[in-house]
Amino acid sequence: MRCDMPDTHFYHYDSYDRALVAERVAQFRDQVRRRLSGELTEEQFKPLRLTNGLYLQLHAYMLRIAIPYGTLSAQQLRKLADIARKYDRGYGHFTTRQNLQLNWIKLEDAPDALAALAEVDMHAIQTSGNLIRNVTADHFAGAAVDEIEDPRIWCEIVRQWSTLHPEFSFLPRKFKIAITGSPNDRAAVRVHDVGLRLWRNEAGEVGFEVIVGGGLGRTPMIGKTLREFLPKDELLAYLEATLRVYNRYGRRDNLYKARIKILVHEIGVEKMREDVEAEYAEIKDGALKLAPETIEAIARQFAPPDLVPRKPESAAVERLRLEDRDFGLWLKSNTAPHRVPGYAIVTASLKPAGAPPGDASATQMDGVADIAELWSEGELRVSHEQNLVLPHVAIEHLPSVWKALSHLGFGEANVGKITDIIACPGLDYCALANARSIPVAQRISNHFADLARQHDIGDLKIKISGCINACGHHHVGHIGILGVDKNGVELYQISLGGDVDFGKTALGTILGPAVEADKVVEAVDSLVTTYLEQRGEGERFVDTYRRIGAEPFKERMYGAL
Amino acid sequence: MALYRQDSSRPETPAVTLSNTDDVQALGLEVDRLKLIVLSFPKFTDGRAYSQARLLRGRLGYKGELRATGAVFLDQLPFLLRCGFDSFESDQPGFGEALHRARSLFSVVYQPTEDGRLPVSALRLASRQ
Repeated sequence: MRCDMPDTHFYHYDSYDRALVAERVAQFRDQVRRRLSGELTEEQFKPLRLTNGLYLQLHAYMLRIAIPYGTLSAQQLRKLADIARKYDRGYGHFTTRQNLQLNWIKLEDAPDALAALAEVDMHAIQTSGNLIRNVTADHFAGAAVDEIEDPRIWCEIVRQWSTLHPEFSFLPRKFKIAITGSPNDRAAVRVHDVGLRLWRNEAGEVGFEVIVGGGLGRTPMIGKTLREFLPKDELLAYLEATLRVYNRYGRRDNLYKARIKILVHEIGVEKMREDVEAEYAEIKDGALKLAPETIEAIARQFAPPDLVPRKPESAAVERLRLEDRDFGLWLKSNTAPHRVPGYAIVTASLKPAGAPPGDASATQMDGVADIAELWSEGELRVSHEQNLVLPHVAIEHLPSVWKALSHLGFGEANVGKITDIIACPGLDYCALANARSIPVAQRISNHFADLARQHDIGDLKIKISGCINACGHHHVGHIGILGVDKNGVELYQISLGGDVDFGKTALGTILGPAVEADKVVEAVDSLVTTYLEQRGEGERFVDTYRRIGAEPFKERMYGAL
Repeated sequence: MALYRQDSSRPETPAVTLSNTDDVQALGLEVDRLKLIVLSFPKFTDGRAYSQARLLRGRLGYKGELRATGAVFLDQLPFLLRCGFDSFESDQPGFGEALHRARSLFSVVYQPTEDGRLPVSALRLASRQ
């Protein structure tokens, strides 16, 4: 059964999209039946379930649901809550790739859960496996002041082209694409297999900078520019050429050397460019060239809501700001400028003190859906920093929104602060992890819970991974924490100076020997103290680090342990 | 190993068997003479032959039989068919029945390939005109 979809300001499935998702569910239902009857071995079944988002984790199956370009309607979020209640333990985990993971799915229920998703035009297609994964975007897309063009139009075009791509469903390794439409990159495009940056050239035309071979994982690399300026209508032909070169020449002899970044590193970006351009020249004027009508039809669906400009000042906001310190702090850290006067972009923090980063219960999801419906045009975004975003909130509604979010536990004034930690699921859930991540995040979060202190410390990004696969993006944390296993003991390696802001994308440098689990909080505390003592006017933690170097931090930290 | 051919009356020579690391474009005009090209899947998860198939059909205009051999399972069929394969060696039970169903498993395709199916973008354009 299908629900009627309310009007949204993002892509609406048509009958073709719906048919494909329904047929995919039917195909997977048959594959699950064959697995349960023993017709398929686990070895044969594994790649099939992975391409439908189903992992076998430490304790159970995990279902990773795609939230394309992080955009959700209130109705879709309610359905996710329903699915979490019915097929899981009543909660879900928002990930750094703008997806939602349910950790306790039963194999026999998975087809029904996918059918329920299809009712609201959602799926779990290609959220795992060695193929083109769910495409991610700037979580402020469609609302940001600095946006040149909404990147989600292009994400949707790429989503359709990559869905069940017959040639690229068995690549050497997974393939992640991110797109940003703003000069201030919020989509980390330089650490993706392919990153696309929309920009305007001197002739006033908008096109893509195509960046290739970035990535984190065990061999972190910053992506290199493959093409400075690509006309927009040639995007799919260029991607097809890039993927074809990768499919043919990417390494398959070693799992850890199979990503495109290794190919680019080994043959060099010049040779990569030569190969891609040669392939592209053959196909650029073919069927993949995007017709203007095709682009327009999709772009129209992303037309922003009709927001009436309002006064930027609000007496209610001013009053509450003076009355309640926490609201004042929240305004500073959790709201961002909107392109329409009188509106703000609100970030709901999924990192209340001491909680596992990115987790939301079904009740909380329903609550945020209500808030979005009341005050944000029924729309939400999932950020790669594992928070939820309300993109279109009138400034005069900020007090109501803050109170409602606080009631749900999502009103913490900590976005961009030391407790807005990114952490992977770690050894509590993940079969690959060497060490736990969530409990470390929770201890740091509790230690720095005081909001005034957090705001005094300022912008500081802590990112924690439970193994070198780096799902917690520790390489690009201002403070990166990596869990390692040394003879059965969980130790944590600390690095400083990572960043993903555009133009400044940098990988952190390891400070020294790994520290024990119960010393991580002290270690972080000593790093913060060093910063507070040494910081210059207006300097963030990472700025001070860049200016004074690792030595003072290192001395203080190892001295304190 | 059972052989499933779309047209069993077609000649099978001259034929060539390629490794999935061979550059198919090196065949050049030779393809016009060939009646059968066999491409291999050493593992289910090794997808290089899909690109070889598309280059043979699309770039070189190969019209003869294109056979998939090796780790060929029925769940790959929708992809294999779309890339231009029209004969298959597989020992998986049920493969033949799956082959009959494979073309109708998905009524919708998003990508233009050499199988002649109209991608959704073309259908949408046509319905708007």
